Amino acid sequence: MALLEVSEIHTYYGNIHALKGVSFEVDSGEIIALIGANGAGKTTTLRTISGLMEPREGAVIYEGEDISSTRADLLVAKGISMVPEGRGVFAKLTVEENLDMGAYVRRDGDIKDDLKNAYSLFPRLEERKKQFAGTLSGGEQQMLAIARALMSKPRLLLLDEPSMGLAPVLVDGVFETVQRIASEGVTILLVEQNAHMALQIADRGYVLQSGEVAISDTAANLQQNETVQKTYLGID
Amino acid sequence: MDLLRSQTAKTILLLGSLSGAFILFTGAVGMIAAFHEREVVDRFISLGQLLLIIAPFVTGYYAAGKLRALGEDSPVLLIGGITIGIMTAAPSVILLLFNSDEFRFLLDLTLRLIPFAAASIFAWRLHRAGSETQMAIAVWLVVAVLVGIVTFSFALIFEIKGDLRSVLVNINREWVDVVTFDNRKDLARGIGAFSLISVVAGFAGSILYLMPNLPRRALIYGLGVTVLVGAFGETVRLILQENIDRDTLKEIFRRDTLRQNAALALFIISTVAGFLWAMFGRQARESFHSINVSQRRSLNIIGLVIFVVFMLALPWLIGRTLSDVAVTIGIFVLMGLGLNIAIGLAGLLDLGYVTNYAVGAYILAVLTSIGPLGLFKGTFTFWMVIPLALLAAMFAGFIFAVPVLRMRGDYLAIATLGFGEIIGKLAISDWLKPLIGGAQGVQAIPKPILLGAELKNPEQLYYIVLVASLVCLFVSIRLNNSRTGRQWMAIREDEDVATAMGIDTARAKLLAFTLSAATGGVAGAIFAAKVGTVFPNSFTVFISINVLSLIIVGGIASNPGIVVGAIVLIGMPELLREFSEFRFLLYGALLILMMIKRPQGLIPSKIVTHEVRTGVKPKLAGAE
Ligand SMILES: Nc1ncnc2c1ncn2[C@@H]1O[C@H](COP(=O)(O)OP(=O)(O)O)[C@@H](O)[C@H]1O
Ligand SMILES: [Mg+2]
Repeated sequence: MALLEVSEIHTYYGNIHALKGVSFEVDSGEIIALIGANGAGKTTTLRTISGLMEPREGAVIYEGEDISSTRADLLVAKGISMVPEGRGVFAKLTVEENLDMGAYVRRDGDIKDDLKNAYSLFPRLEERKKQFAGTLSGGEQQMLAIARALMSKPRLLLLDEPSMGLAPVLVDGVFETVQRIASEGVTILLVEQNAHMALQIADRGYVLQSGEVAISDTAANLQQNETVQKTYLGID
Repeated sequence: MDLLRSQTAKTILLLGSLSGAFILFTGAVGMIAAFHEREVVDRFISLGQLLLIIAPFVTGYYAAGKLRALGEDSPVLLIGGITIGIMTAAPSVILLLFNSDEFRFLLDLTLRLIPFAAASIFAWRLHRAGSETQMAIAVWLVVAVLVGIVTFSFALIFEIKGDLRSVLVNINREWVDVVTFDNRKDLARGIGAFSLISVVAGFAGSILYLMPNLPRRALIYGLGVTVLVGAFGETVRLILQENIDRDTLKEIFRRDTLRQNAALALFIISTVAGFLWAMFGRQARESFHSINVSQRRSLNIIGLVIFVVFMLALPWLIGRTLSDVAVTIGIFVLMGLGLNIAIGLAGLLDLGYVTNYAVGAYILAVLTSIGPLGLFKGTFTFWMVIPLALLAAMFAGFIFAVPVLRMRGDYLAIATLGFGEIIGKLAISDWLKPLIGGAQGVQAIPKPILLGAELKNPEQLYYIVLVASLVCLFVSIRLNNSRTGRQWMAIREDEDVATAMGIDTARAKLLAFTLSAATGGVAGAIFAAKVGTVFPNSFTVFISINVLSLIIVGGIASNPGIVVGAIVLIGMPELLREFSEFRFLLYGALLILMMIKRPQGLIPSKIVTHEVRTGVKPKLAGAE
């Protein structure tokens, strides 16, 4: 059984029909890449899965349960954690307070180990733990956003364009981190415009076009696919 | 021409015009005349006259600093001070001339000349900018006619009514008396005195700037203390009268005014004290910082003990009248702490806070009154009703929060503003009249009784407010550092991300509104018991604005800031009755000044300081 099954969802912004029957599956332990041009509906898909939006038709099934109309805050407790587009760190809280906030839903009390974990994954954050998050560089903020999402101990991590706005040197680092997180058993749904990098670390991928899934295949095949090469990888 | 364009000249002219505009404006709104009623030093100077002196003095001082920063020499600084003195007096002098019988023609002349002058300037600039002559002439005609119509109507009004007062009601005899330093009969002398004093003040301001550091700081301190004590003479006398004997008091004050000798003595003493502080203050602070942690902690504890003893002894130290003011301040501190939960912690801009205040007051009134509208005629006591008032206000807060949960930022503010108005209208309505008395309100509310004694004096009510504020302060501090506090913080920063953290934003916002309302209810109940009657017109939008302003002035999300804000915005107008007439003018001026010079408030909280320093924009719940 798939960890997450998105089936035929239609999501609207008022009258704007943003998702027109999107379907895909994510199995436990996989890294799935969702690629597509600006405005294709990638963010909307993540918002629908994470409960910030409700699909008008279709269903989102997580661990066998229909979560289409479950509130976002409850889904965090169920193990779905999202790193929003543009990072969304709490600029006026310190790094450590941001991480604390990530563990907000957990009631098991002891987050010391998880903090230690986060810091071992991102040593730079430990050096800056008393610093206000707003004063971090773009790359560090991205690390913080990811580390914060991990604090809720998710089983499914939704990443919305983690490489956006980062210098090329930093982009490599971000994708390495994503791989490391996956190797620790967290399933990852990765939304990217940077298809090249995303497909290198993903197991499978889906190409979204104007609110519909246009192509779906293994990452290796997608990298060879002519349309994908032309449109998203910039290879002629 | 070049001289006039230099940065130096621009600085002087700009500051001088500002100072002149300030004096003209405060005169035209009647503030100078009103402040003249209060003498600062007996038979020497009034608060209104002080205003005339302070403006050029402070501007001269400030300008000297600016000019020095431009690299100017001392003589230029002094000339700047003199120029500012002249410019401060000039607009008011012109108005004085216009207002006098001899020079009335000047006003006529000016009014007639204005259209020509304005039109000529326009046309000339156009011509210089390269437009054709016909065009310039056409513009000249249009502007002359348009401006002519306006000024002609003014002239007509003046001619019919015969003086300026028909338009500027406050440019009257009292105003003339103040600005001419009591030379209304001899205008030349009056204008001379006014101008001379203004020039001397501007000059003195720049001299003060040029003084060496030590005497300058000592003088600023001495002048500041003397002026403050003089202006708040009534308050100081009330405090002293509780603590020193009558004869000594008579030596210092004549009624509410500082005697000349006393003022001089005070000035000398505070200047010397200021001098000593300027010399040794730094040393004292350094030695405080160099002592070890445990010693510092014990010093802190001693400080805390002194503070607590002071707060407990306050009513005895300040007497009845001032205790009454203290109770009013306390009521607003309570409301400030409450509203701060919504605004400061959760970032929800609530402009209808008066709702909770009204609910608390009316609940107490109806349940405890022994008058015709009292439901139980004394069965319920103050102490039983306080928790009920709290719960009722919380309930009201909850009910009003439900419909606005999905609103953000400005929309939320407008909606809550509306709710506040609805409550006011309900209180005065015929519909609820059988219950709460409509415009007549509820009377005969008994005072609280504690251990058989009636707490009828403000000195006693003070303790109720004090305890309530301390409880509220404690809860507020605890909330801020709790899981709930963190929820609010997250919502304030970014509602969507807060949701992504697993925070139930709807519930958190409801909780913020509900808790925030609680102290408003208690404040209302205490207010009702203090006054003994409850009228609808005590519950206007101005209460909400007062509370909001005191939070902003004190410092958003800062508990000490709220106390200071309440003292400044609520206490000052009560102590200086001349102020209260211009309360909202001063609020406006103060808020603008704060936004420009100190947006984080008088005693800012850590986070807000950071916001201001780093330019991260302060943001109210997800305002997009
Ligand atoms: N808040 C919104 N209101 C209206 N339309 C929106 C909104 N957000 C996104 N859309 C529309 O939905 C479509 C999908 O957008 P989005 O999911 O953000 O795309 P992507 O993340 O792939 O760039 C676009 O056509 C966009 O214009
Ligand atoms: Mg997007």
